[in-house]
Amino acid sequence: MEATGTVKKFLFVNRKAPYGSVYALEGLEVVLISAAFDQDVGLAFLDDGVYQLAKGQNTKAIEAKNFSPTYRALEGYDIEKLYVERESLEARGLTEDDLLVDVTVLDAAGMAALMDEMDVMISF
Amino acid sequence: MGTIDAGGKTYEVDEEGYLVNLADWNEELAGEIAKAEKIEMSDNHWEVVNFLREYYNEYQIAPAVRVLTKAIGKKLGPEKGSNQYLYELFPYGPAKQACKIAGLPKPTGCV
Amino acid sequence: MLHIVNKSPGERSTLASCLAHARPGHSVLLIEDAVYAATKGHAAAGAVGRAIGAGVKLFVLRPDLEARARAGAVAEGIVQVDYRGFVDLVTQNPRVQSWL
Repeated sequence: MEATGTVKKFLFVNRKAPYGSVYALEGLEVVLISAAFDQDVGLAFLDDGVYQLAKGQNTKAIEAKNFSPTYRALEGYDIEKLYVERESLEARGLTEDDLLVDVTVLDAAGMAALMDEMDVMISF
Repeated sequence: MGTIDAGGKTYEVDEEGYLVNLADWNEELAGEIAKAEKIEMSDNHWEVVNFLREYYNEYQIAPAVRVLTKAIGKKLGPEKGSNQYLYELFPYGPAKQACKIAGLPKPTGCV
Repeated sequence: MLHIVNKSPGERSTLASCLAHARPGHSVLLIEDAVYAATKGHAAAGAVGRAIGAGVKLFVLRPDLEARARAGAVAEGIVQVDYRGFVDLVTQNPRVQSWL
């Protein structure tokens, strides 16, 4: 698909844990679709959204699709800006090493500044 | 919902001909799906189909065409990483036809 | 930037998260169940007050307050708006972030 008009900065803000609701998976699908529109796309993970990136998810027993490997496909879609909020990790006993993709860790003030640079923010 | 027969067994497909259960897939079945798409499978076709299955196995999605093209070029050589090459093999679109033959769901964002 | 919150602070952390990312000069509009956060004596009043003190502008949708019998209990410093005011806020702010 050809880009029409100017490139805008999009940030998809993920604040929900996977599996308990459909937000995380739906959000990921929208992100993949957005890649076709040649915009400047970034993803932010805060609050329970950081759980989406946790290593070692195994959904066999709950009979749901494990979509966590798909986050590793984002690079191939030229979506390389993944931001995670430090306070959200800390509040959940997680560190960057617990995540399944390379991310940029920002504190809440840094995340607020990032959001302030965006043209469009979409929450899931 | 429809069905497709291969090797004496019957498999479920959706209204567009995509396999309902990924785990049903086998090469014989892939051959039958290809026949229904009027595609004669060559080594080059199998290369793309197998690539798609590996990609799905790793990432749990069928890639968008642009992503597939780039990834194929990286893995199988730049001469194969082009829309032209892939459309010659799969005239109705690599995402649509190759994914179908590979037993994958329709790619996300497939337009 | 206009931030919109619609979840009760008694049930979700959405408002806290929003206030942690709203910067001075930004506007926050409370609608639906989030309007409870605008009322006097609510546990969220401290966080809301600090945001106002930091230069964030707080608005609350009056029809949602009325529906919940809270229109008479709005804390100081929070501006009540009707649907027209809601639309004005959206048109005045080129960027809108809806916190789900």
